[in-house]
Amino acid sequence: MAPFDNPFDAKRRRGRGGCSCGGHETQAAHEAALPTGDAAIERAVEATLMRALFPHQAERRAFLKSVGLATAAAAVSQFLPTTFVAEAFAEAGKPEKTDLKVGFIPITCATPIIMAKPMGFYEKQGLNVDVVKTAGWAVVRDKTLNKEYDAAHMLAPMPLAITMGLGSNPVPFAVPAIENVNGQAICLATKHKDNRDPKNWKGFKLAIPFDYSNHNYLLRYYLAEHGIDPDTDVQLRSVPPPEMVANLRADNIDGFLAPDNVVQRAVYDGVGFIHILSKEIWDGHPCCSFSVAQDTIREMPNATAALLRAILQATAFASKTENRKEIAAAIAPANYLNQPLTVVEQVLTGTYADGLGSVKKDPKRVAFDPFPYESFAIWTLTQMKRWGQIKGDVDYAAVAKQVYRATDAAKLMRQDGLTPPETTTKTFVVMGKTFDPAKPAEYLDSFKIKRAS
Amino acid sequence: MQRTLSMRAGILSFALLALILLGWQVAVSGSASTEAMDPEYAALMGQSATTGKSAMPGPLDVGATIWKHLKDPFYDRGPNDKGIGIQLAYSIGRVALGYGLAVLVAIPVGFLIGMSPLMSRALDPFIQILKPVSPLAWMPLALYTIKDSSLSAIFVIFICSIWPMLINTVFGVAGTRKEWLNVARTLEVGPVRRAFTVILPAAAPTILTGMRISIGIAWLVIVAAEMLVGGTGIGYFVWNEWNNLSITNVITSILVIGLVGMVLDQLLARAQRLVTFPE
Repeated sequence: MAPFDNPFDAKRRRGRGGCSCGGHETQAAHEAALPTGDAAIERAVEATLMRALFPHQAERRAFLKSVGLATAAAAVSQFLPTTFVAEAFAEAGKPEKTDLKVGFIPITCATPIIMAKPMGFYEKQGLNVDVVKTAGWAVVRDKTLNKEYDAAHMLAPMPLAITMGLGSNPVPFAVPAIENVNGQAICLATKHKDNRDPKNWKGFKLAIPFDYSNHNYLLRYYLAEHGIDPDTDVQLRSVPPPEMVANLRADNIDGFLAPDNVVQRAVYDGVGFIHILSKEIWDGHPCCSFSVAQDTIREMPNATAALLRAILQATAFASKTENRKEIAAAIAPANYLNQPLTVVEQVLTGTYADGLGSVKKDPKRVAFDPFPYESFAIWTLTQMKRWGQIKGDVDYAAVAKQVYRATDAAKLMRQDGLTPPETTTKTFVVMGKTFDPAKPAEYLDSFKIKRAS
Repeated sequence: MQRTLSMRAGILSFALLALILLGWQVAVSGSASTEAMDPEYAALMGQSATTGKSAMPGPLDVGATIWKHLKDPFYDRGPNDKGIGIQLAYSIGRVALGYGLAVLVAIPVGFLIGMSPLMSRALDPFIQILKPVSPLAWMPLALYTIKDSSLSAIFVIFICSIWPMLINTVFGVAGTRKEWLNVARTLEVGPVRRAFTVILPAAAPTILTGMRISIGIAWLVIVAAEMLVGGTGIGYFVWNEWNNLSITNVITSILVIGLVGMVLDQLLARAQRLVTFPE
């Protein structure tokens, strides 16, 4: 029985038999009255947003009381227009605008976005895209929010963070495609080559590319599994990738978990070695994403769809190992990555020097799989909560569905004759522990070292 | 005597340069010992790892790079790879815009403040607080509010180069000799005419000193601003080469930045000499 139902209402049965909200005759009637499908998700997203805006119940009630429900709903939907993006991806039409700008960070994760330019994937869709090199993640975020870029290469957790307003104003973003899976590594300074057990890493200074990055979450996960508290036992610093190698050389940091070509560059320059590849932590983890503001999708659905088709095609091309050398040659020049060809080749082909004197072969070192599984987002959200970046409750599934557009990607892939996976979620294993996207809260509870209460 | 002094100074400069270059070359040419490597492995590694070659380039490498850039300064291979000439043109264009705006604002405002002792006292604390703020501190605020990165860069140049000009204008205007003002008053010169024919010439040397300080600051700021917003300009060029850990190109751009800064400074020094008058 709900605590506040009306005891003087003749229609309402008191005590047993009512529904969980008290407003319906039976639980079945209650469930029938609930919104379903997209409406349900919309409601859940709104609820999450309200919780984020007003962590304290009393404030929320005061706000609603003072401005009224309609005003509140309008104000909130300004932050998060909850109408659905899927409708925007209508059937293929003429792009609204053909001159587009896409921002990227010069690392191999951006391979599909970059290669689509020199290899003509954008052109094939009738687009004239400028891929613009950008100085850092915060700048990419700001320039995409400013609409200077129509779409951008972002770290996979960034669109989630932006949508929820972590580190910026809340602006709903979408991830219609993941760029790459795997392709990161923990790199340590050469002086630590006999100190491979993380248990002895207390006091290390380690670098990560950005606070809202899977690099951050994977490194924290890895350290915590070895009993090192990433907040108190080591120092984690957010450092732009190119400066990581220089800092490692200058002995300012002991190592980093960084995107590739940076790791391989440290090896190439003889300042570090590859401790483990990130796939040894979680095989098949997403790293970077192709991100678009949901506004942009609504404003120019056809252009975004065309852009996305180009990315999906490029990703499919990049996923074949036999094409990797050709891709490396296309993206290594100064206009794109600006790296020695052999460094890019080692990353993409998976035949690489490990920095300890041997040549390793792992064709799966980096893989390209565009499908934005909602489970990826849910895992990221659990880690954001685990390390205190998200305060309060999260509706994991709703936020994931709102941002990681698995259904849209599947639709476009099918239109293009590619085969998307059957489901939009999947379970996976991170360091021997299975993650079930249906039970994020239990997963979070199972960690010993965490900041979330 | 004058001639021999400048000649001797020239010879000394030259000798110093030769000494620096020689020292530099010697310092980087030594190679550290390296362990023997499997050839297959060595093929995947860089020179500094395989041969122990210093990661720091020598003057010969830098000279070759400068020559390469000078041979083809205006190439354009896409949005992220343009010749050093084009990059410099972008930077100078931005500086001209931001600095020009700052001149347009600082000198009239400085005049008004300078002519009123009350205003000059009242505004002084604000100017003193805003003056030492680093360009990098303004950048996020500019990006957030202006929502356009190239305008933000111009704004940052504007806001950083305005203060020395403003302060010097105020100082020059306030320091106009009382006798001259009194003479003007005796001759019943109107306020506008007084500003242009008496105060402006009197304050001009001080104002130009401020402008000279400001152009130096504007040129300092542009590199930092372009490194942050990226896209085009000499600052972006430095960042892009840093990204590739190409120290040779970084040193080249340092030289180019210094050279352009010197030219800008000399231009204003000329202008300053034109308006200086003997007391």
